[in-house]
Amino acid sequence: MSSAQNPRQYVISFIFIGVASIILLRLFFLQNFESKYKILANDIAIYKKVVYPPRGAILDRKGKVMLSNTTIYDLMVTPHNVPKNFDTAQFCAVLDIDKAGYKKILERVLSRNIDVRQSPFMEQLSQEQTARFQENAYMFTGFELVERNIRAYENASAGIVLGYIGEVSPEMLKRPRYASYRQGDYTGFSGLELQYEEVLRGQRGVHYLERDKFNRPRDPYRGGTLDSQEVSGKQLDLYLDADLQAYAEKLMQNKIGSVVAIDPKTGGILTMVSSPTYDPNLLRGRDRAKNYAMLYRLATRPLFNRAIQATYQPGSTIKPMTGLIALATGAITPNFGLACYGSYNYCGRPIKCEHKDAGHAANFRLALAHSCNSYFCHVFRLTVDYSKFESVRAGLQVWHDYLSAIGFGRQTGVDIPFEGTGRVPDSAYYNDRYKFSWNSCTVVFVGMGQGELSVTPLQMANGMCMIANKGYYYTPHFVKAIGRNENDSLLKKYKEKHVVLNIPDTTFSIVQQAMQDVVESGTAVGAKIEGITVCAKTGTAENKAIVNGEVIKMQNHSMFVAFAPRENPRIAIAVAIENAGFGAEWAAPIASLLMEKYLKDSVSVKRKAVEDKMLNAHLINKYVYTIDSVLRLHDAQVYQARMERKHITDSTRDANAELMLQRWINKKTKKNK
Amino acid sequence: MSSLRKSLFYRLDGIVLVLYVSLVVVGILAVFSVEHRTTDTSIIMMNKSYMKQLIWFGYSLLIGMVILLTDSKFFSSFAFLAYTIGLAVLVITIFAGVDVKGSRSWLGVGSFRFQPGEVAKIFTAMALAKFLSLPETNFKTLKHRLVGVAIALTPALLIILQKETGLALVYFCFFLVMYREGLPNTVLVVGFSAIALVLTTLLLDRKVLFVVLTVLAALVAWLMRTALRRRWEPRIFLVGIWLFCILFSQVAVPFAFKHVLQAHQIDRIYSIIGKEVPDEYNQRLVAGEERKGNSSEYNVLQSKIAIGSGGFWGKGFLNGTSTKNQFVPEQNTDFIFCAIGEQFGFVGSAVLIILYVSLMLRIIFIGERQRSVFTRVYSYCVASILFFHFAVNISMTVGLAPVIGITLPFLSYGGSSLLSFSILIFILVRLDADRQVLIR
Repeated sequence: MSSAQNPRQYVISFIFIGVASIILLRLFFLQNFESKYKILANDIAIYKKVVYPPRGAILDRKGKVMLSNTTIYDLMVTPHNVPKNFDTAQFCAVLDIDKAGYKKILERVLSRNIDVRQSPFMEQLSQEQTARFQENAYMFTGFELVERNIRAYENASAGIVLGYIGEVSPEMLKRPRYASYRQGDYTGFSGLELQYEEVLRGQRGVHYLERDKFNRPRDPYRGGTLDSQEVSGKQLDLYLDADLQAYAEKLMQNKIGSVVAIDPKTGGILTMVSSPTYDPNLLRGRDRAKNYAMLYRLATRPLFNRAIQATYQPGSTIKPMTGLIALATGAITPNFGLACYGSYNYCGRPIKCEHKDAGHAANFRLALAHSCNSYFCHVFRLTVDYSKFESVRAGLQVWHDYLSAIGFGRQTGVDIPFEGTGRVPDSAYYNDRYKFSWNSCTVVFVGMGQGELSVTPLQMANGMCMIANKGYYYTPHFVKAIGRNENDSLLKKYKEKHVVLNIPDTTFSIVQQAMQDVVESGTAVGAKIEGITVCAKTGTAENKAIVNGEVIKMQNHSMFVAFAPRENPRIAIAVAIENAGFGAEWAAPIASLLMEKYLKDSVSVKRKAVEDKMLNAHLINKYVYTIDSVLRLHDAQVYQARMERKHITDSTRDANAELMLQRWINKKTKKNK
Repeated sequence: MSSLRKSLFYRLDGIVLVLYVSLVVVGILAVFSVEHRTTDTSIIMMNKSYMKQLIWFGYSLLIGMVILLTDSKFFSSFAFLAYTIGLAVLVITIFAGVDVKGSRSWLGVGSFRFQPGEVAKIFTAMALAKFLSLPETNFKTLKHRLVGVAIALTPALLIILQKETGLALVYFCFFLVMYREGLPNTVLVVGFSAIALVLTTLLLDRKVLFVVLTVLAALVAWLMRTALRRRWEPRIFLVGIWLFCILFSQVAVPFAFKHVLQAHQIDRIYSIIGKEVPDEYNQRLVAGEERKGNSSEYNVLQSKIAIGSGGFWGKGFLNGTSTKNQFVPEQNTDFIFCAIGEQFGFVGSAVLIILYVSLMLRIIFIGERQRSVFTRVYSYCVASILFFHFAVNISMTVGLAPVIGITLPFLSYGGSSLLSFSILIFILVRLDADRQVLIR
């Protein structure tokens, strides 16, 4: 054992331990102080998958799907992760785009968002693009497909009611309402999609997945404990009747106007048409912006929801209300009659009446049935001048309050956004307009639905509900149940009964009887439905357009309001067709056909001729296009003028600031001297 | 003496065996953690590497049993014969080898494949031990020292011819053994200086290095000014060293990079220092091809990410996101340490390193307690081989050494590697069991 004490064994042991120590030291720093490796490891291996839950579907009253989802894919990019030697040519070939386009999109993405954030590169890929990308996904680091549900409008109707969704814009994201949204999320832009955004949207889920070196997602990271589960959007059940809606849209084709039908018992809207309609499927997917611009430019303005936004002078359709208020206040009795010989002459210039024969306004029933202008002008005057009220101002205010209680002159509160108010003039309005020098003769036109009075078709239909129900109505609304729950807190306000100012039932009976006469022997005989008592009122509203400062009288609006059956009202309807002529000629048959369709499920063969006439009628006047272009030109000029003014103010302000600065500097230098 | 001997079982060194088994088990678990998927229905899946490794472990134990039952004198008697056969197989491999990633270091028989270079280490260790233990060997003479070096490096030369440079480098670890047996201290000094020269040549700009070397030479000359004034030998010696260094760094290395080495070898050499291959050496660039990312650099980066992300305590067993999802290339074989580093963090890595160091120190201890020179030299050979593999492998995973494809003993997946290391260990244990006997 001569070598037992050989010192070199210690040298060698020392080398072993020394090298091991160096490695340990290196490991110690690598694993404890170089945190970039931890971040890198997460970056390369953990894949944050955002799962968009399906948006809530929308069903009609019979459970028929009106709006649901189909799956599409969005291509997302994280520009930071796209390698320098990225195979652009291959990528472009897969997506079928050119290199310049690729660059342009990438620049746009970068201008919108920082490069480490994932942003949409191309939305809603075609099936081919999706398949080709998935095959080659491993080559395209930095790009990912995100599954997304796109809306599908089943029968391409009711676009104006259902609305549409679109990507939130950077401006919207700044608002607190969109705090929970991210770039690339979708949100409702109009209609029910906007109104019920919160319930339809559901909750976005985030899943963390591990991915392998080929960029393919594998197991859930940490067993999915960090994931947040997506929550599907809730389903909406509507009162809307899809069949009736489709039929109404068909009847309204080639006409400008609107139809609103409401179930008086619930306030549920059965049909809402704003014609011309558009295919809502245009307003989804990749071409939404393009199609939107196209629709926006149309002279007939299909994106404008006439049913709730357009206001018309109601014409004769207001007469049941005028009569109702007169009877309710006691200004007249049902037996009150007026001798009319074709015009109303008590207020200076005669007001024309359509009827000349004596006795057509011998009592309330007859007057309403024949829609006597003279009678209702006079009744209106009697009401506002009624001795019970101190003055015409007080009288008009009472009249205004009645109409307001019925729902005119204010938003009804329907559950789609951007509702118009219409106008019911009150004393203050006239005081302002006529500088306190006005009397019942000044405002007499209001009594027959002309003048300063304007209403939306929805308000007209709602008024019919009130008469049908003999004194109360529910706020018109579309949604019956949210997520199959009819008692959702959002729907609470629609369950509230609005009672109109203590009018006795008998008064309503008189008005209803008169309206029944309108159909049975009056102006709207064409609206008769076999076996059903229809109460209705026609209206022919004069209207004018102001073009280049000139007032042009245009063809009358054809109006019609009705409800049926009288005994047990199930539908109240208002139809307005712009510049079509007499109410009885166009609006009445259409309303009647719709009521028959709804109440009897089908239209009888006998009315085929009427139906055909309505379907084939082309009532869009040429001057609509002229007026539209003139208006647009005007708008453009106004805009230009405003911009010029702004420019002038800005430059003046800048010049002033400059001047002030110069003065200040001069002052300083003087002081220093 | 023989009457006092206990039975063979009690004479086996338990510590070495326990360390050996624990390292192999850690290895199998590491391979398992890399391959296991949550979607796997069963743990026993024959097509997975960890099952194959388990089977290889079985074979290793079987061969180990055979070795333990063999007479210890057998190994020394047949050392030279085995060495000769080993060399012959290595020569055959040069011509009949299977082409794997550009090297011809694998022999294939049917579906069975093995790397003679791995196994040749055993024969070389035994031959070296045999030569040094011969009574006529006097390791103080230059002639016998050269024979020893020749025995150690001949297999390396053959393996270089198989284009498996990494494996050949392992044979340089025998210098450590020969140092123990009497090579002068200068060997270590020259060795480490050579490594320093190579590294600086790669790291520094050629012109800067020229200035540095010259300044260094001038400094030494100034320090040794009295000696240099008196005699002429140191002057020639100093100038000679300076000239050699200059020639090496300014002429030889650029020449080698431009004309001798292959592109992938240059990549490997430069990946150690985390540098891009300089344009003048980049053969792909010269050939007009596009610049490619350095593949070894990528390997090391991924390996560092895996280990670095483990942190102090690690991500936990089966939670290694980098290794499980195959971000680290060759993570079953050369980069298996990443699996440990990622899943068990600094603590786990430290424990593993302590296991290795304990094993190596224990083997040195065993070597020093032998009566027979053969067993002692053999022990040092085993320790040195283990050391080289361990140090270079782990260093390359953390970016301290170039990526030369050598395995981590006992842990890396692969039959050749596990078998050859097992045989090394079992022969050692067998020889140690007869430490009272003089084996020649």
